[in-house]
Amino acid sequence: MKRVLAIIIAILLFVVFAMAFAKIPFGEQMSKYPHYYNPIENQTSNMSLPQHYLTYGKKDTGATNMVTAVVVDYRGFDTLGEVTVLFLASTGVGSLMYVENKAKKKVKRSNAVVETGSKLLFGFIILFGAYIFIHGHLTPGGGFPGGAIIASSFLLLYLAYPKFHAEHKRLNVSESLAGLTFVIVGLLGLAIAGYFLYNFLPFGLPTYLFSAGVIPVIYVAIGVKVGSELTGIVDAMMGVRE
Amino acid sequence: MIPYYYLGSIALVVIGIYIVIAKKNLIKIIIGLDIMDTGVNLLLISVGYVKNATAPIENVPGPYVDPIPQALVLTAIVIGVSVMALALSIAIGIYKKTGTLELDELMGVEE
Repeated sequence: MKRVLAIIIAILLFVVFAMAFAKIPFGEQMSKYPHYYNPIENQTSNMSLPQHYLTYGKKDTGATNMVTAVVVDYRGFDTLGEVTVLFLASTGVGSLMYVENKAKKKVKRSNAVVETGSKLLFGFIILFGAYIFIHGHLTPGGGFPGGAIIASSFLLLYLAYPKFHAEHKRLNVSESLAGLTFVIVGLLGLAIAGYFLYNFLPFGLPTYLFSAGVIPVIYVAIGVKVGSELTGIVDAMMGVRE
Repeated sequence: MIPYYYLGSIALVVIGIYIVIAKKNLIKIIIGLDIMDTGVNLLLISVGYVKNATAPIENVPGPYVDPIPQALVLTAIVIGVSVMALALSIAIGIYKKTGTLELDELMGVEE
């Protein structure tokens, strides 16, 4: 009965959404988008907002990866809120999963191939994650994928070695330091130029590693923060051993 | 004619809604929420597509796709992961307290 009702509701919703989205064009040129209205200068530009970002992005931020430019520079507050949400989630998981002394049951050891293989792969995965978040302003990727890759290397160790345990205090320290770096870079921008998260460092040459001002600094901080937070979540969830 | 990308992502959202309404197991409901999240992200990305355009990384010439939905989805994915982690840990806590994950039994459990 309930299942039939759910199917009817789902089909109705599908029809409504499909009729609404039939009016939205797919794959159209950006010149047909509505033009960008700048509220500070109180005038309308002769191009749409994404066109504006793509045209002036390299000059404004120095980054080659426009998604990074939008995420860290133009819409820096989005990233700040996102990092806050992730921090709250990891705190919440930690407090929900808190157990006094983690009573470790006798766990079966995994076999030697898995242990040696994960020991060898661990360093490579960390290296690749660091590469991803250091080159966030030049290539696809950035702080969040890099941090997730680093956390996955720790997850590999957790799965291969039942006794493995990352030091929680050190994780907290690196997480807090990375978050502080992000906020302090933003406050330095406020002190120097009058805007929070202002890009105050020299841009350098585009496509070089030391370019794009504060974007690489912020992305390294985000990468370390996301990596340690996801590792903390994994650790809290693996700590539950009945 | 509605593009297939819209139809597929709307179908994912609707499948998620169906799972949340019809299923009784908490883990299955969380999986439904995750499917819904995926559908919304796919929908956002496909709105920003431009025909014959490349990724907005300015090492290559040519028209680029809209970078704004990609930035929004980057945010949305992380929030989805956070919500998922919190929901799963709450489910683990519920199982430890009551010994069941079925919604019908949870309604009758006193404390």
